[in-house]
Amino acid sequence: MPNIIPPIPEADDRYFWDGVAAEKLLLQRCASCHTLRQPPTPMCGACHSLDWDTQESSGRGEIYSWIRSFHPSQPDALPRIVVLVDLEEGVRIVSNLRDIDHTEVRNGMAVELCFVEEDGVKLPQFRPRGGAAQ
Amino acid sequence: MTDRSLTDKAIIAGIGQTEFSKESGRSELQLASEASASAIADAGLSPEDIDGMVTFTLDTSDELQLIRCLGIPDIRWWSRTPHGGVGANTTMLHAVAAVASGAANNVLIWRAFNERSGNRFGQPTNQTTPPGWNWYLPFGLDTPAKIYSLTFQRYMDTYGITNEDFGRYSVVARKHAATNPNAWFYQRPITLQDHQDSRWIVEPILRLLDCCQESDGGVAIVVSAAERAPDLPHRAVRILGISDAHLQDGSVMFNYYLPDLAQYAECHRVASRLWEMTGLGPKDMDAVTIYENFTPIVFQQLEGYGFCQPGEARDYIKEGHIELGGTSPVNPHGGLLGEAYIHGVNNVIEGVRQIRGAAANQIEDAETVLVAGGRGGMILGRD
Repeated sequence: MPNIIPPIPEADDRYFWDGVAAEKLLLQRCASCHTLRQPPTPMCGACHSLDWDTQESSGRGEIYSWIRSFHPSQPDALPRIVVLVDLEEGVRIVSNLRDIDHTEVRNGMAVELCFVEEDGVKLPQFRPRGGAAQ
Repeated sequence: MTDRSLTDKAIIAGIGQTEFSKESGRSELQLASEASASAIADAGLSPEDIDGMVTFTLDTSDELQLIRCLGIPDIRWWSRTPHGGVGANTTMLHAVAAVASGAANNVLIWRAFNERSGNRFGQPTNQTTPPGWNWYLPFGLDTPAKIYSLTFQRYMDTYGITNEDFGRYSVVARKHAATNPNAWFYQRPITLQDHQDSRWIVEPILRLLDCCQESDGGVAIVVSAAERAPDLPHRAVRILGISDAHLQDGSVMFNYYLPDLAQYAECHRVASRLWEMTGLGPKDMDAVTIYENFTPIVFQQLEGYGFCQPGEARDYIKEGHIELGGTSPVNPHGGLLGEAYIHGVNNVIEGVRQIRGAAANQIEDAETVLVAGGRGGMILGRD
């Protein structure tokens, strides 16, 4: 099994990991101009507002790019598929793709959010939308 | 408006290096000292002439320790530049800016490390510090090869490029290194089959032979005001143009948030600035050095600088344009794959040697050389 390295939440991203614990994918949103920011920033680059709230993502998106990641020092560990997902809200996020063989992965593939706990770490993950691809 | 404030204001007066190895057997401060002393002597200067210093934030040698080693009595200006190899040229930009403004007359740049026998850059990061790594490390992005490959995959998919296409660059780099006695892979060329037989590092993007080396060694450069050119013991190398580009929503390693990742946006921006500053273009370059942590970034930079159109670097390389004797030979020293990985600064030194006519694989009458360093670049010219 992969050895998952846990995140260490800090001031600017704690809302995200609190959301993950509650199985929600939260996107930071400027309270003033409503621009979404992922990864988050303490100030809105569009209007300089320091006020923000969050918007829960629908969890629907498309694969923008992907790789197959082997653990470099644990050759027997199962490789993970690392993906960039373009969420339908218009931001891009790094995650993993599950429930699919790597030979079936394509850029542009429709995916949906799921939450998986592994090695005691819960992470937002994605799988092909509408079940395993065939 | 064309900004010419840094155009042709500074020269590279001296270069120095240690041997490039896999185990130097000495401290990083000693490597920095040896390379720096050699560069100062090469510039025809004495330690007391050096009044400025620049290195990477990542360099472990302390400025004051280094000037004790070198016998430099007094520094009046110094700086460090952030990030790794794609920021290597930023050290040069700082030095040129210092010289052009009068903040310093002769600036020493150095980079020295035991990056193979000590802290290996290719090894995985195992803790999410600094906190920005929270977005990446838990999902398995723990090495530079994986981190960069997420953008390389988009490049491959967009233009139908294969790993074998990348291998053709590796073959050229190793061919050039094979006739450069300064290169770790001197006399050790590879075939495309060797490349295709090497193991996957990140499937289906990078094999082992797509990756730069991990190396021990030190390099140093002295940048001086252009007026000093006549006093040098050898031909001065003019810095005709130099610029960086760092874009909003960009990132050095995790460059995932710009709209189109198939092209290297920062490189395109640097290229357009350099061509504008100098009035030159790709056809004017007698040789090119390109920062290559991994092979795909050569393709992206060839396209970014306009040596070929987006997606056409595969054919440009296949047709031999980047080889010795080709249209614009790339990395005649073997680059960071073939010579050594001294964080990209050895690519600047190769540019200087080409202009001086002193390179191992000398391009005949090389007068103008592009040093492409990812987020920064410069054009060197003959005095």
